[in-house]
This record gives sequence, C-alpha cells and structure tokens, in this order.
Amino acid sequence: MNAVLQYTVQGLAAGSFYALAALGLAVIFGVLGVVNFAHGAFYMLGAVAAAVLLDTVGMSLWLALIVVPLLMLVFGMLVERLLVQWLLPLDPLYNLLLTFGLTLLLVDLVKRRYGVSGLPYERPDVLSGRIQVAGVGLPIYQLFVIGVALLVCLGVWLLMTRTRVGMIVRAATERPELAGALGINVGRWVTPVFGFGVALAGLAGVLAAPFRAITAEMGSDFIIILFAVVVIGGLGSIVGAVAGGFLVGLVEAFGQAYAPTFAQVLIFVLMAVVVLARPAGLFGREEATA
Amino acid sequence: MNKRRTAAGASILMAGVLVTAGCGAGGPSAGGGDFTDDKVVLALLNDASGVYKDVSGPNSKVAIQMAIDDYQEKYGDDAVVEDIEVTSADHQNEPDIANTKAQELYDREGADIILDVPTSSAALAVATQAKNKKKLYMNIGAGTTELTGAQCNKYTFHYAYDTWMLANGTGTVVTEEGDKNWQLIYPDYAFGQDMVKSFTGAIEAGGGKVGGTIATPFPNDNFATYITKAGAANPQVIGTMHAGGDLINLVKQYNDSGLKEKGIDLAVGLMFISDIHSLGVEAFEGTIFTDAWYWNLDEKSREWADRFLEETGDRPTYAHAGNYSAALQYLEAVQSAGTDDADAIVEELEGKKVDDMFLRNGEIRAEDHRVIHDVYLARVKGPDAVEEDWDYEEIIKTIPAEEAFRPVAESGCSM
Repeated sequence: MNAVLQYTVQGLAAGSFYALAALGLAVIFGVLGVVNFAHGAFYMLGAVAAAVLLDTVGMSLWLALIVVPLLMLVFGMLVERLLVQWLLPLDPLYNLLLTFGLTLLLVDLVKRRYGVSGLPYERPDVLSGRIQVAGVGLPIYQLFVIGVALLVCLGVWLLMTRTRVGMIVRAATERPELAGALGINVGRWVTPVFGFGVALAGLAGVLAAPFRAITAEMGSDFIIILFAVVVIGGLGSIVGAVAGGFLVGLVEAFGQAYAPTFAQVLIFVLMAVVVLARPAGLFGREEATA
Repeated sequence: MNKRRTAAGASILMAGVLVTAGCGAGGPSAGGGDFTDDKVVLALLNDASGVYKDVSGPNSKVAIQMAIDDYQEKYGDDAVVEDIEVTSADHQNEPDIANTKAQELYDREGADIILDVPTSSAALAVATQAKNKKKLYMNIGAGTTELTGAQCNKYTFHYAYDTWMLANGTGTVVTEEGDKNWQLIYPDYAFGQDMVKSFTGAIEAGGGKVGGTIATPFPNDNFATYITKAGAANPQVIGTMHAGGDLINLVKQYNDSGLKEKGIDLAVGLMFISDIHSLGVEAFEGTIFTDAWYWNLDEKSREWADRFLEETGDRPTYAHAGNYSAALQYLEAVQSAGTDDADAIVEELEGKKVDDMFLRNGEIRAEDHRVIHDVYLARVKGPDAVEEDWDYEEIIKTIPAEEAFRPVAESGCSM
C-alpha cells in the first residue's frame, strides 16, 4: 500500500512534465495546425536557461519559474514570426520539417556552447527533503511539481473557458472556418498562441532542472513520449493533453514497478489500444468526414 | 479540414526523418602521406560531438599533441623521425562509421596508429581493421574485455580501464569493506549487461550477494520508481551501471529518494571526473567508484594536468591522460625500433615495464596486450572538503597493478 502511494506520486510527478508540455503542444496544434517537433528542444531550452541564469546571475528557482517562461514566450513569438508563419499556407509537413530542423540546430548550439555532460542545478532548501504521509517519505520536490502543474493546467483551463481571449482561441481551434466567418480575426491570435505553447514547454523545462539531467539531448526522447501523450489524449484537445500526460506518467511509474523491462513499451501499447478503440484519442472529437 | 489526417502522415514522415538523421558523417580533411613516407601519423578516432565528447573528445587531440611535444623535446636532434602529425575523426559511437573511418585513416591518411575509440562495439570493429591491415591500435576509451579476450590480436593494445577492472575495484573492495548486500540497476544494452555480469562475479568473490538486478530502458530520464523498488529490498548498497545523462538523472532522483539518509549507499560502475564537474559535488557526495587515474594524485600528475588546463581550460579525465600516455609510449617504441613498422613496434612494446605520468607500476602485458597499472578506489568529496575547482576526489585505496586487472589465465586470448 505504501509502495503504491509512492509509485502514484512518482507517476504524477513524471506526468506533470508531460501534461505541461503536451498542453503547449496541443494549443499550438489546435490553433496553427502545426505539429511542433521542436517542443522537446524548447523544454530543454527552459531547463538550460534556468541553469544558466542560476549560474550567472544567481536567479533562484522561484524567479526562474516566472522569468524563463516569459523569455520563452518572446522566443516562441519570434520563431513564429520569423520562420513558422511563412510555411503556414503550405502543407503542414513543411512546418514539421522546419521544427525538426530547428530541433537539430538548437540541440547542437547548446552542445557547442555548454558541452555534453550537462549543467549543475541547485534547488532551494525548502523544496529538498521529504514529508511523511501514511508512513512513507514523499519527496517534497515531486509534490511541488505536481502542485505547480495542476495550478497551471487549472489556470489555462480557466483562461480558455472564462475569458474572451480563451473563447476566441477555442473557436479558432475547433472551428477555424466558422470563427473566421463570424468575423473573428483568427490570424491575430496565432503568434501569441505559439509563444504561449512554447512558454509552457519552457516552464516544464524549468521544473525539470532540479530533478533531471540538464543536457542538450534531454528533450530528444521527451518529445517522442509527448507525441504519444497527445495522441492518447486526442490531438488538439486541451483537456486530453493534460489527462493524457498524467495517465502516461502513471503508466510509466507502475510499469517500472511491476514490469520494469516493459515500462516504456507499455506507453506505446496504451497508445495503440487508444488509437484502435478511439482513433481521435480519449478526448478528441470524432469528425464525420474523417 | 483534414488536420488529423495530415498529422498522421506527419508522424510517419518524422519516423523516417529520425531514422535517417543518425546517418550523416563528416570526413576529416585529407592530410598525411602514404605509409612509406618519412613521417609518423597518429590518428585519434573518438566521439567528437555526442555523449562521450567531454570524457575524451577533441581534448584528447590536445593530449596527444602534448605527447608529441614531449617526445620532440626529449630527443631533439636524436629523434628518429622529425615529422609527426596528429589527425582526428568522429565515429559518432557507431560501429559501422568507426569501421569505415578506421580504413580511411589507415589507408588514405597514412595513420600508423589509431588511438582512443570509446563505445565497445566501435572499439571491436576497429580492432578487426587493425588486425587485417597489420597496423597499430591502442584503445583507451572503451570498456569491453573482449579486446584483450576472445577478440584480441597482435596489433591491438588496451589502455586505462575495462569492465573487469571497474567491477573488481568497486564490487570487490566495497563488499570486503562491509557492504555485502547489493541491488544492481543497469541500462538494458550490451555494456550494462556486461557490467552486471562482471559486478556479480566480483561481489560474490568478495563474499557478498546480489539480491536483485533491475534493467532500465536506455536512454531514460525517470528513475524514481526503479530506485524505490531497489531500496524496498533493503540492500546496503545500490550499484548503478548507468553513464552520462542517465547517470545524472539517476543520482538526482536517488538523492531525492531518502535512501541515502537510510544508509543505503550508491556505488557507480563507470564514472568520469567530467560527470562530477557537470553535476557538482553536492549531488555526488559520498559516491564510490573506481578511477584509472586522478589529476591531483601527486606532483607528477598535477604538473601535467596544469599544462592541460592551460591548453584546454579544463582538468583532464583519465581518458585524456591515457591518450597522452599511449601516444608517448608509442613514440618511445618508434624511437627504440628506429622505424614505424608495426611488427617491430609490437616487439618493442610487448612485456615492457613502464612508469609515466599516467601508468604507475605499468606493464604492457605480452600475453593479451592488456596495459596494466595501479588503479584507485575513489570517493566523491563533500562540498566543504573541496579546495579548488575540479578537486572532487578522495583516493581511499590504491589497487596494485597485478590485482587491478583480469589475470592472463582468465583472458582466453590467443594471438
């Protein structure tokens, strides 16, 4: 029982990284129709930025959690304005190739500048250690990650359902032609939405910095799992991305506990089952024409 | 709108992209003459851009150049050869690329010797080329004992470390010092499986037992549950066979698990000082591992490390020092043989007792070409004990050369 509690926390913590990053991926896919292959690299940049800011100006994790996503927002908007937007009218494959190329470029630049062994990161003492729950020591940092992820997901959900901006973005995501026909300037929201998605990947990166190896390659495998997450949750579905993220995290943790050799395979088995049973994903909408 | 369908097409395409992405290869610029030219060419073949770049990589070229400088300074006008070049190539840790590059280096660039070659599969591929072409090859960066075992050959020498030496150092010594009950966590590929086998043998020989082994995917960034599982068996020590980024992930999550406070130690199978440097001593404090050489061992090693620091801005790993020593011993052999003929040089090297900055009580074993020397059991210092940059290790035991490596009788090598 104690072990199950531990595995659940570990799974939810791993799922938090997936949920945050997948949320960004889903928003970008929803509004732009772009499968952003560079999302793993943006996650990596978030972690590297946090480590570099700590090393050079002594920026704490608390501040980095706000500053780095803002930097990534600006960076994402620049990427959209300078690169992505020119390929939007063409087949989505072009943007997939562009973002894939961007990944290679960013990973190599980081390797060149910061080497391949990774960067050190020290977290605030408050977040170290464990608290005892039902006789089990649960790492405070993992609980913190889960808390932040849930808060941000809740915030994004409120933003999407309770504000005018969210309504426009949702309309643009779900029925872009109809939204356009009703006089909503969908194009205006493309750049900030792309930046917002990138900022979420960056935030996941900052959260990962104290807990995982900060290397140029850290996003390379992350992005593969992330694609599985959005496929399971339903491409373009915001709730699906979050639910898919936590679900995949749990499958990973319990897989590691009870079938260690198959832990990663299980994720893709889950994906295959979901695609067979519900091709649009758990929370995706079936389209009559699809 | 067919966003969903294009997305499916997109994922098929990106799978293709992933497959082809790993295949590009950059070639070194042509240089060097043919083999009969009046010059010696040393070729460095290693990982210039991937996970082992910081362990050895381009800085090993600097180390080899330092050996050439030292040779020329020592012999001056008496040197049997004036023109000595060093060239390098990136094998990207791929055996097929290593294979092609080795042929290129030997045939087209006139390399008289190939040095380094991390990644066991790549290392074995190059050994085959050395054998076929009858050219010298000194491996520093790879761990496989096959190089001096079943797949040994006349032209291949193995420097620095191997899996037997790591397992013997960490497994046996830690067990004998009281940590008898082990759990092993390892990445599920050739190196990890080899290491688990070697460690299990060493631990049992030391009177300990391996309570369980856990295989993990490679690469992996989430070890929390694996660690909880290993800890649940209440071992005295957890041994990890991970390297690079995986090792850092594992150590960070071990520190979070609370096992350290419970008195469950962490022993690392393969670790380089560059790993400690990148993650910081706080994270690794107390970790025990076997080291082939340490820059701050004594005056002699320190002096060389100072020169290396001046050239590169970093302190050397034992792979850098091993490349220096291998290049130097090769040039010494060229000097006494008076030729770059491989057979003559092998004759010079075999059975030679050597003592240099890297090799302490060293001997180039004639029987299996294992280069043996003293190795060290090290413990990572705590932050308070660190007196300067890169001052990370406390040497807790010197393992004498004769005990540090696999005995000839067990090697299974016949030349």
